[in-house]
Amino acid sequence: MFTFMPEQASEWAPYVDWLNDYITNISVFCILGITAVMLYFAIRYRRRGPDDVTPYITHSASLETAWTVVPTVICFFVFYYGFESYHEMRNPPANAMEVNVTGVKWRWDFEYSNGKRTTNELVVPIGRAVKLIMRSQDTTHSFFIPAMRVKEDVLSTVYSYLWFTPTKLGEYHIFCAEYCGLQHSGMLGKLRVVSEGEFGDYLYDRQDPEAVELPPAELGKLKFAEKGCTACHSIDGSKGLGPSLKGVFGGDHVMSDGSVVKADENYIRESIVYSQKKIVKGFEGIVMPAFEGQLSEAEVNGLIAYLKTL
Amino acid sequence: MSAHAATADGKQLNYLNCEKGLWSWIMSIDHKRIGLMYLASILSFFVVGGVFALLVRAELFSHGKTLYGPDDYNVFFTLHGVIMIFLFIVPGIPATLGNFLLPLMIGAKDVIFPRLNRFTYWLYLFGAAIAFCAIFMRLDTGWTFYAPYSIQNRWAVVTATAAAFFLGFASILTGLNFLVTIHNMRAPGMTWGRLPLFVWTLYASAILQIVATPVIGITLLLLLLENTMGIGIFNPAAGGDPVLFEHLFWFYSHPVVYIMILPAMGVVSEIIPVFSKKPIFGYKALVYASVGIAAVSFLVWGHHMFVAGMSNLSRYIFSFLTFFVAVPTAVKVFNWVSTMYKGSISWDTPMLYAMAFVFLFLIAGTTGVHLATLGTDAHYHDTYFVVAHFHYTIQGGAVIGLFAGLHFWFPKMFGRMYNEKVAKFAWLFLFIGFNGTFIPQFILGMEGMPRRYYDYPIEFEPLHRISSIFAFINAAGYAMVLGNLFYAVFKGKKCEENPFHSLSLEWTTASPPIHDNFVQIPRVTTWTYGYGAEHAAEGEAVH
Repeated sequence: MFTFMPEQASEWAPYVDWLNDYITNISVFCILGITAVMLYFAIRYRRRGPDDVTPYITHSASLETAWTVVPTVICFFVFYYGFESYHEMRNPPANAMEVNVTGVKWRWDFEYSNGKRTTNELVVPIGRAVKLIMRSQDTTHSFFIPAMRVKEDVLSTVYSYLWFTPTKLGEYHIFCAEYCGLQHSGMLGKLRVVSEGEFGDYLYDRQDPEAVELPPAELGKLKFAEKGCTACHSIDGSKGLGPSLKGVFGGDHVMSDGSVVKADENYIRESIVYSQKKIVKGFEGIVMPAFEGQLSEAEVNGLIAYLKTL
Repeated sequence: MSAHAATADGKQLNYLNCEKGLWSWIMSIDHKRIGLMYLASILSFFVVGGVFALLVRAELFSHGKTLYGPDDYNVFFTLHGVIMIFLFIVPGIPATLGNFLLPLMIGAKDVIFPRLNRFTYWLYLFGAAIAFCAIFMRLDTGWTFYAPYSIQNRWAVVTATAAAFFLGFASILTGLNFLVTIHNMRAPGMTWGRLPLFVWTLYASAILQIVATPVIGITLLLLLLENTMGIGIFNPAAGGDPVLFEHLFWFYSHPVVYIMILPAMGVVSEIIPVFSKKPIFGYKALVYASVGIAAVSFLVWGHHMFVAGMSNLSRYIFSFLTFFVAVPTAVKVFNWVSTMYKGSISWDTPMLYAMAFVFLFLIAGTTGVHLATLGTDAHYHDTYFVVAHFHYTIQGGAVIGLFAGLHFWFPKMFGRMYNEKVAKFAWLFLFIGFNGTFIPQFILGMEGMPRRYYDYPIEFEPLHRISSIFAFINAAGYAMVLGNLFYAVFKGKKCEENPFHSLSLEWTTASPPIHDNFVQIPRVTTWTYGYGAEHAAEGEAVH
């Protein structure tokens, strides 16, 4: 009832819509019920004349307690359902297919794990969890796919992410939902959900092999050697001048100030670009050069992808 | 009743005719005159902001370009927001009705700092003048001034934030003035437990004005420093953090919604008992709900940022806290409706507005639950659903509350009555126009239409068309309301001193009131809401 949600094309779209219906139904019931009572009073007790006699009623402890407690209980339930669904939305499965997204005024750039790059068109296979790792090159944007019921702001300072599992073949809108200037409403992308087979053809672009560039992890490996990282960082676990990078991604690491940091995309990026911000415990006083301005966006992403393979 | 002073030719002297000439208005420190000057100012800005809204709706009538390009569109929707928020609805009810009525309702001669009150008004106008400069500088950041986008259109943003800074100070000083007045100027016998609910809501919003507004002042100052001196605070290119701006901005801008809405709730709490001839139901609960909403409003700003890159834990906590706003709001609605039970309900215009308020605010409140819930907010965030929810809260709540109050206290202010038939007709126009404008926007939001879009995919066109058509009906309703009231200020029929038979203190003096409000400071012996059989006699003896 009263639902105008778009097509349900992701695994949790039905759940979001169920929750939305749940809230809407309670709301409509309350709005109509209370309004009906108000109108009934307004008509039933309509003023007949200036001498109408009215009772002196000031409060009712039981009634007031009831209508404080009942909405509170309903609110707890609604919060819980909202939290439960959202918790899942914020925790992608480990085997999700990762795609890098870059928001640029006013377009969306996508980069797949094999190096294929596209603009304003995201193609994903049906039934597989997809995790988008997103960053902006200029102002704040917001990545929104109504059919998947997902949205997350895309910032220029940190990576943000979202994930979904498409369940229905088709083409869907991608909108920018955070105002970003002149062509904000023109920052439209297209999401195409295709079969596994078609996705393979698309990804490896069997028609046009030239379009495929170096996969990020390989680009990262190349840069890792080129920038001299190997001089201090081993990739086999042996100790060098700097910490070994074997298995570094995803682990918890103790810093020189005693804090524990989880090595996610944001931490790795910071450690490359602003290398002195956080120092791993035991490596104080060793100065790694900061690579601010020396690596392209794709190269930083490539290095992160490479570290994930170690 | 009070004896009235009279001029030589037998005319009664009141605050309107006791001094004459433009200068006597400019220099006035009378809270009633200042209230009227505020009223004239904010309603003028309301018309300007409304024209921008119509320009926006006209462009959205058709898919693709209808009238003008995206550059103009971004300027127009920004100016609609900036003017409506900072110049119209933030001063809103407190600066107009609050200024006029607060001393009258607590039995005082004026607010405690009348000269500060005059300074505040002129500071407000000064801020408004600066804001108008920004109009000609093509401000296009949205009324939220989000960094880093707002760093690009530098001088327009500097101008607009400077304006908001001065306007903020006017708001802080008004709040301070009211707070001290309520504490110190109550007539003998006007205890806290007898205070009219409108005064209670002014009290709650005064606290918000004093505590929250300095934060936006600081934030805008930081933005100013960033824009003029290149210090990296919010701009990532200079090492700043744009999400910090959002935190600081909403730390003020969420409570400010309650600065707008609480006094409107107060107005409705005054109207319903008078027009139902019944004591307000659950006075204490309504007081606690007002103060409770004010307190909780400081803890929920994060719900504006559920998808803005906060940590997951923050999202869970802010969602949880947001639900605590829903409960006191629901309690208020139940109390208003219960007040009508077995009453003698008049269908005069103020009551029609009050009932419209209850209905519209129910929609505003329940759609707020959709947005407080994380799972559904991920879909609704930054869509037309938010736009519609916000307009139900502010237009359906605060603006309808303002007009409810204007129709109720109009005879008090001018001793004249507006045309009741025109007023009812205009109310109907407004009600239909408003719902017709924003119900389609709820549906658009559900379908996934993002806000602040110059253009949209073709499938959204029918609903945009409906919304645009009704927006013009809505505007026609406002034109009728304002025309009717403006005409009545000069030509309205003279009416009795207390045409609605209210027992509240402000109606015990002449209408329009004399310069000093009361011939003698009244002595209060009972609460304001003594309507109903057994206590009617006691209620009459308020003064």
